[in-house]
Amino acid sequence: MKAVITVTGKDTVGIIADISALCARHGANIMEITQSVLSEYFAMIMLADIDGLDVPFAAFAEELADMGKKRGLDARAMHEDIFNTMHHV
Amino acid sequence: MLNVDDILETIGMIREENLDIRTITMGISLFDCVSDDVDRLCGKIYDKITTKAARLVATGEEIGREYGVPIVNKRVSVTPVSLVGGAAGPEGYLKIAETLQRAADATGIDFIGGFSALVHKGMTVGERNMIEAIPEALATTRLVCSSVNVATTKAGINMDAIRLMGKTVKKTAYLTREHNSIGCAKLVVFANVPEDNPFMAGAFHGVGEPDCAINVGVSGPGVVAAAIRRAGDCNLSELADVIKKTAFKITRVGQLVAGEAAARLGVPFGIVDLSLAPTPAVGDSVAEILELMGLASCGGHGTTAALAMLNDAVKKGGVMASSHVGGLSGAFIPVSEDAGMIAAVERGALSIEKLEAMTAVCSVGLDMIAVPGDTPEEVVCGVIADEISIGVVNCKTTAVRLVPAWGKKEGDSVDFGGLLGSAPVMRLSPYSPARFVERGGRIPAPIHSLKN
Repeated sequence: MKAVITVTGKDTVGIIADISALCARHGANIMEITQSVLSEYFAMIMLADIDGLDVPFAAFAEELADMGKKRGLDARAMHEDIFNTMHHV
Repeated sequence: MLNVDDILETIGMIREENLDIRTITMGISLFDCVSDDVDRLCGKIYDKITTKAARLVATGEEIGREYGVPIVNKRVSVTPVSLVGGAAGPEGYLKIAETLQRAADATGIDFIGGFSALVHKGMTVGERNMIEAIPEALATTRLVCSSVNVATTKAGINMDAIRLMGKTVKKTAYLTREHNSIGCAKLVVFANVPEDNPFMAGAFHGVGEPDCAINVGVSGPGVVAAAIRRAGDCNLSELADVIKKTAFKITRVGQLVAGEAAARLGVPFGIVDLSLAPTPAVGDSVAEILELMGLASCGGHGTTAALAMLNDAVKKGGVMASSHVGGLSGAFIPVSEDAGMIAAVERGALSIEKLEAMTAVCSVGLDMIAVPGDTPEEVVCGVIADEISIGVVNCKTTAVRLVPAWGKKEGDSVDFGGLLGSAPVMRLSPYSPARFVERGGRIPAPIHSLKN
């Protein structure tokens, strides 16, 4: 099972480090990562394998969102199926 | 393979355009609760609902968190209680209503529907008792919703039932007068009622349904509005295509959530209802969609045509996205629950007559409309009969959720709070239909109902 992690907001030092650390701590394996910074606006999309998560996925998503909130960022982890079903017939 | 633009589009829909799943509604049959003793019946009803729906709210929240899409309501619909109440008197039906409220409290759901009766051709003693209990049931419970089907295309219109419902609506308004007659917001009068509708206040679990089923209602007026805005200057054929594609995407999310909820709860998947359901939030309005299509105001000339096109495109886009489509499936046009509709009424652009015309081309009917508190009973009956006849003749569902707001007059505003919003009190015609209504009896089924 894969999850799409997206983080958007104002760029600061260490965003990816924090997200990666959270993934590593809970056993989410990062498979792909793409990011851009446009005039201080940070946007990152990450694809992670979540089969080895040590907590329920909903709890992981919540922890990620809370971490984002503390840094003033919008951080979401969503099951990949929502994107697959919406955009692929 | 996922693509960055697709991911950003989905997130934008959720974050900026109010995409959500409006409701996961669990339909529960009460037929196996039947008993000749009301207390025993109530005990069985409570046990069945609290067992079947024990994990409904937690499962809905879990799915919402995992897929990142808000699931606003978790609801339960049950077999019309008039079919299981049998010989109960009005007091017995009040006990059933109170049981439904307790079961709703115990499971943590947002609403429970099914304090209902199907009386399109006639009324049993039990059904009459249940309808007589409606005003007090709605005044003494918070989450119980009631509906009465008074007509079908096959059976015609039961005018005796409409007379009784005029009285019932007025009495409900009176008994809940301390709270802006909010009881009427939980009471719908239907023609051709669907038996798998997940939306309140009209949801119930029909007689042809399985023991338990999961039905899902999507939302998404904000997403459709944003897509139309992005489409810019294009002709109506192109615009219909934009709406269809958007409706497809919205409905796919509904189908995904429905399948997931059904699997996790171990209950069969029933249907996805494609309805575009607005909320009072800014940017989540069906009226705004019509205005973005090119109208200066919802309610002006051209509104019915724009709505007809919108409704059709939503269905065409949605139908391919779901394995089973049902419920009401169209655009909702409630007044109080749609900021754009409220604005249109307040600027004098939208009248009840225009709303009635609009209901001929979209789902549901005269919905969440506040009218003066001193509206005579027979005028309420006239409004119901007009709307119901549109459904009967056009072989579609129509419904009336009218709030004769106690103590309020034309031009006042009534605030219901939450998703129910607030409604400007609208003008009704002063000419009485009393003589017509008092005749009673049944309006025969239209000739085109004879299809066999």
